[in-house]
Amino acid sequence: MSSPIVKLVAQRIALGVVLLLAVSVLIFAGTQILPGDVAQAILGQSATPESLANLREQLGLNQPAYIRYLHWLGGVLTGDLGTAMSSGQDIATSIKSRLWNTLFLAFWAAIVAIPLAITLGLIAVRYRNGWVDKLISGVALASTSFPEFFIGYLLVFYFAVQHQWFPAISTVYDEMSFGERMQAIALPAAALTLVVLAHMMRMTRAAILNVMQSAYVETAELKGLSAFAVIRKHAFPNAIAPIINVVMLNLAYLVVGVVVVEVIFVYPGMGQYLVDHVTKRDVPVVQAVGLIFAAVYITLNIIADIAAIVANPRLRHPK
Amino acid sequence: MSNELDYLSRRVAAGKLSRRDFLGRAAALGISAPFANSLLSSAARAAGPVKGGTLKAGLVGGESTNSLDPALMMTQVPFAFGKCWGEMIVELSPEGKLENRIAEEIGSSKDAKVWTLKIRDGVEFHNGKTVTAEDVAATLERHSDEKSKSGALGYMKGIDTIKANGKEVVLTLKEANADLPYLLSDYHLIVQPNGGKDKPDAGIGAGPYKVKVNEPGVRHVGERFANYWQGDKMGHADQVEVVVINDATARTAALQGGQVNMINRVEPKIVDLIKRVPGVTIRNHSGPGHYVFIMHCNTAPFDNNDLRMALKLAIDREEMLNKVLRGYGSLGNDFPINASYPLFTEIEQRKYDPDKAKFHYKKSGHDGSVLLRTSDVAFPGAVDAAQLYQQSAAKAGIKLEIKREPGDGYWNEVWNKQPFCASYWGGRSTQDQMYSTAYLSTADWNDTRFKRPDFDKMVLAARAELDEAKRKAMYHDMAVMVRDEGGLILPMFNQFIDATGPKVAGWVEDPHQELSNGYALAKCWLEA
Repeated sequence: MSSPIVKLVAQRIALGVVLLLAVSVLIFAGTQILPGDVAQAILGQSATPESLANLREQLGLNQPAYIRYLHWLGGVLTGDLGTAMSSGQDIATSIKSRLWNTLFLAFWAAIVAIPLAITLGLIAVRYRNGWVDKLISGVALASTSFPEFFIGYLLVFYFAVQHQWFPAISTVYDEMSFGERMQAIALPAAALTLVVLAHMMRMTRAAILNVMQSAYVETAELKGLSAFAVIRKHAFPNAIAPIINVVMLNLAYLVVGVVVVEVIFVYPGMGQYLVDHVTKRDVPVVQAVGLIFAAVYITLNIIADIAAIVANPRLRHPK
Repeated sequence: MSNELDYLSRRVAAGKLSRRDFLGRAAALGISAPFANSLLSSAARAAGPVKGGTLKAGLVGGESTNSLDPALMMTQVPFAFGKCWGEMIVELSPEGKLENRIAEEIGSSKDAKVWTLKIRDGVEFHNGKTVTAEDVAATLERHSDEKSKSGALGYMKGIDTIKANGKEVVLTLKEANADLPYLLSDYHLIVQPNGGKDKPDAGIGAGPYKVKVNEPGVRHVGERFANYWQGDKMGHADQVEVVVINDATARTAALQGGQVNMINRVEPKIVDLIKRVPGVTIRNHSGPGHYVFIMHCNTAPFDNNDLRMALKLAIDREEMLNKVLRGYGSLGNDFPINASYPLFTEIEQRKYDPDKAKFHYKKSGHDGSVLLRTSDVAFPGAVDAAQLYQQSAAKAGIKLEIKREPGDGYWNEVWNKQPFCASYWGGRSTQDQMYSTAYLSTADWNDTRFKRPDFDKMVLAARAELDEAKRKAMYHDMAVMVRDEGGLILPMFNQFIDATGPKVAGWVEDPHQELSNGYALAKCWLEA
């Protein structure tokens, strides 16, 4: 591979690191602005001035913010995310199983959603402007337009309460067999799929339709290829860059945007973990989770960028 | 009960007749469904508990920040799971009496200052060790230590010395307290080996279930403890499981879908819908919890008793009970005690009276509007309740201005700081505890700023009085004082509303806390 592409990729990665650092400052600043502080949140209704002062001292909340930021950043860089203020547990350990759960759910949602979205996109292009296209677009757009919690509750109502095919709550734990796990995550994975489907499907459709106007597609049609073969062999490979982009964006959403779905289905993932600690003002945990979400988002975006660069011959072979 | 019904309900209990058939036959005999249901449950109890199976509860009130350290228990999930793995020194029975658990006998000196707990023989911890007087003493010591951050610290501070002496634990109090045994029933005071001083969150107790899985905020599993000292009364299921489900809709769906056998905190507005689901039983019971509007007695304009009285008379309690709680509660009477407390005396019910309210309002000389702060977190329906209050007060010529505060920081910035706001109290187990926590001049949580030396004296006198009849009279006088001169507007007591799924039997109604005072998992069983 040529050197410009290596340079481009290196640039992207460096940019990502800088961005992540900027995000870490934002996260830290953001958590400082929250009303109330950890000591107050921990003690709640039972706070007295003395116990508040004691706890603040104990938690080191009296130090200036920039010192706490540097401490924190140093810890993060050495893999130490600190301990949760409210329970005293090591954050890295607690996050590991949570992150694993979230990735598990995101993985299976993606396994269903991405091929489905792209296939539906291809079918929509094949029968463009016909009733099949309109039906696919209509259903996908409708499912995306509803808020996630509404879709979640609908799924629960039909599949868990009315028919009892799947459990209404998706609590997973270590002793569960793979099959039990899959059954438990069926509904949340379905909800996530429905949420991300339309974006990817519409983007696939638009990208391919764009390419379909080109002369080489006309040539392909004229040499007698079937409509699907034209799309698959000639249109799709040339439309891949924007499709990868939107797929990556949605993958990121599957990891960082699942908070609501996790809460509805009582799924022990990162989102639920974050919500629990936000209500307790457990700043170290909120910062750690925020940073991980930001890292996932930025990484997937970099991958999308790089994939787009690599997939684009004009970028691969610049004049 | 007619002989036929009696026969039928025994047949159901024996599994020879379905519940549905029974209800049908009962209806034919002219018996209403709720009554027939109650017959069934008593028949099931009589038939005796069924051993085995897994009993699951889906509960709100668990977070990934929970710990097994009993000192730190605050929310519903650690509370309910604690009752599964822990054993108490003494407990409140469902009838409101004292029930001796690890303490076999509790006695006191005549002045109620020195108390002796005799420790029961043959109670065993999950680690195989026998519960000794030293363990009990160490438990009490740990909860009296500031460092433990125990939720029971407030009462434990009143204990001067704790000594283990053979099979007895001797407690000397700083001031006489006739209620000490009730205070020892606080749910934080789970007896642990060496008081939990070595490892507070080890989860080793003497309760009917051993901790098997502890994933805070996700689930907790207990496995039956074979050597539990009262195995015939509690610990019927082989395994109990608490699944944390904080979302109300998910909780109901889990009960309907059969993933859990019982849930807590059913919202009053959906109770009537849930009731219709086949197999689901609503278990509601009034407790000491109440919803309040509180005025600071020492802050203008609320430092005027006529204004306070006007505001007390301008609230339509009946309407609020029906619309906010959908009837799942009982009327409040502006003092924080109801029939779920020992030594309670009925006092004439205060009614909505716009004319009288108008009279007192005029007499107070206050002009202009009164600012009431409320929030969704103050209690469920607090914003609606404030609006109802605004309307009923308007009819008495009192202009209430409502300010809706954000839920975030409500307990830090508004409650106990602003002179007039909505709030709630979970209640306490004795009248003394309730008055000491929130009505003594010196109490941190005196959220009505009710500072009356004469009242303080009455609290202390009642606390030291061992004669029940005299104490009862004293509490009556105190209640009248709070009701007529205090800053508390108490429109309603709320109920615990739990629900159980099909096959759950052995439910015990308990007025102290939700889920049969936390014992639902330990006391219920699954019918075959």
